[in-house]
Amino acid sequence: MQTEVLVIGAGVTGAGIARDLALRGISCIVAEQGDINSGASGGNHGLLHSGARYVASDREAAQECREEGEILKRLAPQCIEDCGGLFVAVKGDDEDYIAHFPDWCAKAGIAAHALSASQARALEPCLSPDVIAAYAVPDASIDPFKLALENLAHAKELAGARLLRRFRVQEFVIAQGRIARTRLVNTVSGEEIWVEAEQVVNATGAWAGRVAALAGADIPLLCSQGTLLVTHERIATRVINRLRKPGNGDILVPGGTVSILGTTSVTIDAPEKARPTVAEVDENLREAAPMIPSLRDIRYVRAYCGVRPLIRAGSEGGDGRSASRGFALFEHTDVGLSNFLTVSGGKLTTFRLMAERVGDVVARRLGNTNPCRTRQEPLPAVAACEWTEPGRGPKIWAMQHDAQDPLLCECEMISASAVQEIVDSCRDVFPDPGLQALGKRSRIGKGACQGAFCGVRVAAHLYDTGQMRSRDGLVKMREFFQERFKGQRPVLWNAQLVQAELAEALHCGLLGLELVDPKNPDKVLPS
Amino acid sequence: MTSSSFPHYDLAIIGTGLAGLAAAVCAVNRGLSVVQAGNTGAIAYTSGVFDVLGAIPPTEDGDIAVVDAPFAALPRLLAAYPGHPYAVVTPEGIRAAFHEVLDFLRGAGIVYHTGDQRNFAVIGPAGTIKHSWCVPETIMGGCTAFAAKAPCVIVGVERLKGFSAAQVVANLRGVWPQLRAAQVALPEHPGGEVYTEQAARMLEVPQLCRAFAEALRPLVDGVQYLGLPAILGVHRPGDVAADLSRQLGVTVFEIPTMPPGVPGIRLKEAFEDKLPEMGVALYCQQRMDGQLPPPGEPFRLHISGQPTEVDVLADHVLLATGRFLGGGLRGDLEGVVETVFGLPVVQPETRAQWHRADYLDPRGHEIHKAGICVDAQLRPVGPAGELIHPRLHVAGSLLANQDWIRMKCGAGVAIATAASAVEAVAKACAHGDGAT
Ligand SMILES: Cc1cc2nc3c(=O)[nH]c(=O)nc-3n(C[C@H](O)[C@H](O)[C@H](O)COP(=O)(O)OP(=O)(O)OC[C@H]3O[C@@H](n4cnc5c(N)ncnc54)[C@H](O)[C@@H]3O)c2cc1C
Ligand SMILES: Cc1cc2nc3c(=O)[nH]c(=O)nc-3n(C[C@H](O)[C@H](O)[C@H](O)COP(=O)(O)OP(=O)(O)OC[C@H]3O[C@@H](n4cnc5c(N)ncnc54)[C@H](O)[C@@H]3O)c2cc1C
Repeated sequence: MQTEVLVIGAGVTGAGIARDLALRGISCIVAEQGDINSGASGGNHGLLHSGARYVASDREAAQECREEGEILKRLAPQCIEDCGGLFVAVKGDDEDYIAHFPDWCAKAGIAAHALSASQARALEPCLSPDVIAAYAVPDASIDPFKLALENLAHAKELAGARLLRRFRVQEFVIAQGRIARTRLVNTVSGEEIWVEAEQVVNATGAWAGRVAALAGADIPLLCSQGTLLVTHERIATRVINRLRKPGNGDILVPGGTVSILGTTSVTIDAPEKARPTVAEVDENLREAAPMIPSLRDIRYVRAYCGVRPLIRAGSEGGDGRSASRGFALFEHTDVGLSNFLTVSGGKLTTFRLMAERVGDVVARRLGNTNPCRTRQEPLPAVAACEWTEPGRGPKIWAMQHDAQDPLLCECEMISASAVQEIVDSCRDVFPDPGLQALGKRSRIGKGACQGAFCGVRVAAHLYDTGQMRSRDGLVKMREFFQERFKGQRPVLWNAQLVQAELAEALHCGLLGLELVDPKNPDKVLPS
Repeated sequence: MTSSSFPHYDLAIIGTGLAGLAAAVCAVNRGLSVVQAGNTGAIAYTSGVFDVLGAIPPTEDGDIAVVDAPFAALPRLLAAYPGHPYAVVTPEGIRAAFHEVLDFLRGAGIVYHTGDQRNFAVIGPAGTIKHSWCVPETIMGGCTAFAAKAPCVIVGVERLKGFSAAQVVANLRGVWPQLRAAQVALPEHPGGEVYTEQAARMLEVPQLCRAFAEALRPLVDGVQYLGLPAILGVHRPGDVAADLSRQLGVTVFEIPTMPPGVPGIRLKEAFEDKLPEMGVALYCQQRMDGQLPPPGEPFRLHISGQPTEVDVLADHVLLATGRFLGGGLRGDLEGVVETVFGLPVVQPETRAQWHRADYLDPRGHEIHKAGICVDAQLRPVGPAGELIHPRLHVAGSLLANQDWIRMKCGAGVAIATAASAVEAVAKACAHGDGAT
């Protein structure tokens, strides 16, 4: 297989690079070991930073966030809910930090408006009566799934960019100071393919060190896991940040019909070991409750986590949070390579800028003189991607509900025809409409039942429409429920524990899915 | 009102799941006066198939042992899980308890078959096989057809979601070549989504049942059996099945569906109709609460919710409040608590140990074995084995050291422990060990 550019990693950075290149007339193949956004881009807070969080620690990062946030609000409004944000301090928080905050914001060019405690509580009634200071800032909430899908879709439309899902880069063959060929292995089937590319871009986030090592380059990376909790209902209109030195459990971000609380910072040794834990959930609750007391009592539907790739600047090391948040570009000329480039670190908010920088280097190396256009060119909305938007299911269903069209997902109101629409619209890009893949492209499995019921119904629908045909479908159902469970496990108390018991009564008590051998699904137990 | 003017019963049963309802039947049969409260919706959630023992999960690494002969496997279960509630009942006791409950159900028009020494292989809605000892007659046809691998058609109903004939067939055809799938519309359905309970009530109307038979007729060529999702009537389901079978010349059977399914609703209605007729003071969809009384005094229990609030007295209490879903246990950030009397609950030390990392871990999750420990008479005991109260008994899934979901012993534990607890109460009453 040949291509101008091979981009490794289909997170927002890889997707953004594909689009940046396409706008310069360069085509690429994006190789992804899992699915779109299986890394940090699928496990983050969804906060489009105004920059105010970083004003004390890193003014440059704060300014970058502000500029990028403004660009994205203008060019990709369909991915953003411009809800605004608050920074609030409660009794006992560092008075010095509070006093300096407006000045720091001014220096970074971030608009911060002082509010009285009672004004803040009128805007967000969930806030504690102990609020002592509050500022309004231009934070927003962003849908990373939609963002990545639309960047890839635009790259495909413009320059025929291709996505290879479930292909992991395993090996580089290096000859004469170049990566001559790259070996990719399908993580499901084991199929092997070789790609010859003029330029190779490593956009693998927390995996960047590992992929760079395949080319003999050394990138000192620290993996820092952060865990977030999803509430059953949205509890605030705006983003709410704790007005203090960044720490655990200090941000609540709205995500459509839900709110997301986070995060933590725990150093782990490998990105695939990331799992949200009970301890981190408890930590988030403990830290957040002084600011929003109801967070201790409300219902959470799940937890999830992502891994921050923190580039260790020099020999600092230590706690992940104090390492630099900026991103890093490695041209790898020091190891004698002329067609390899690594980008890692940074933020969702700055993904466009990261892609621009990568695009500049790649274009230069290819002798392409077209400038970056992502600062001017709006991101086209793609209808098929709209199913990731929370609350969209109910809207559509209410607008055009056809009584003959059963709702397969009752929590998020996604009907049989909607499922079919998602399957059809994704088929050319994603050949295998398994349950997992559907979950990634829609709200299926993201409501209160967390897929317990709709997973069973959607599977039945996929069998009925011939998209599942064998006992392999049972293996897919197992995988879907196992995957959803990872996020539910740490939030199973009170109502969610009840829900989980019912789910297991259904999946194991009634369907006996725990008895299906995933390695030998055709075995039907003794008759 | 003084407490002496409250109605006074031999036994108060808290809970109307399978355990509570089985207990009521057994108690009436033994001449006890009974007051009972609970949400009868709980029973509508069961599949309708009654398990005794279907699997023994490994305690360490290893595979799940699927159980073919449930009674013969009991010693093996108890060796691995010594505290399992089956330790306080006997195989004969389990059988006798089942027959008592099945006789009651037969009287209400619902016929069950038991497998003697063996479990039946029951066809499940996803095309997996469930191993169960006691099966409603309407579902039995599927067990027979599967055992013989006889020519059979599974028929789905249009717009009835969550049941796919194609799925059942795709997942069983490997071992059952003469199985095929089809789909029909439900005649005279008003349109929109088809719900199982609604379909079942429609099929009780003879003309609609005949029209349905006509819709099915083109599908029975060359088959001996025809399987449908469980929609063959709510009352006297055997009659609807027999009627369809006669009209079509094949054996028509049912496959259980997602909860709450029709076989569960049949049980709910049977109990709601018959228990009051038998003299049980049944308060449906109401709560019962109280405190442990001092020696010599009856339990004073408060029944709350709609439509009436009343206080009653009872010499004995059977707590059959189920687990988290039933409401007998609550798991909050600090731990698991028993919700009526605050009884001691055996449970993992921390919340981090409630669930294993893998949802489908063959060993199951520790939280499901949390619950109440009891003595040989099903009376709750504390951590040192001390009796909590001599006239309080516990039955059903609230009991500790069993995992009915993974062991497939839900109905068995519920029915056997309920019967056994009632037996203990009946003996105590006969000895005059009441409160007054
Ligand atoms: C807990 C948390 C909260 C965050 N919150 C925010 C926030 O609110 N706002 C914000 O702006 N930023 C936030 N971030 C940062 C943001 O999520 C990341 O900066 C961004 O998603 C990084 O995207 P990426 O594409 O570079 O990396 P990733 O999304 O990690 O993508 C890397 C991809 O490479 C793939 N890959 C790895 N190895 C290989 C291989 N050998 N072959 C093929 N593919 C491979 C992976 O599967 C993965 O999909 C947060 C991060 C975390 C962890
Ligand atoms: C989806 C599902 C599928 C199942 N499938 C099978 C199967 O195939 N085979 C099988 O053998 N078993 C099955 N079961 C299990 C079985 O139905 C019973 O749930 C189990 O045996 C436990 O019964 P129980 O009566 O102890 O508790 P539950 O059924 O949980 O009943 C508890 C009762 O207590 C009541 N209650 C709680 N607190 C109070 C209070 N304070 N006052 C009054 N009432 C109170 C509740 O309202 C409820 O009525 C299934 C269960 C479910 C949920």
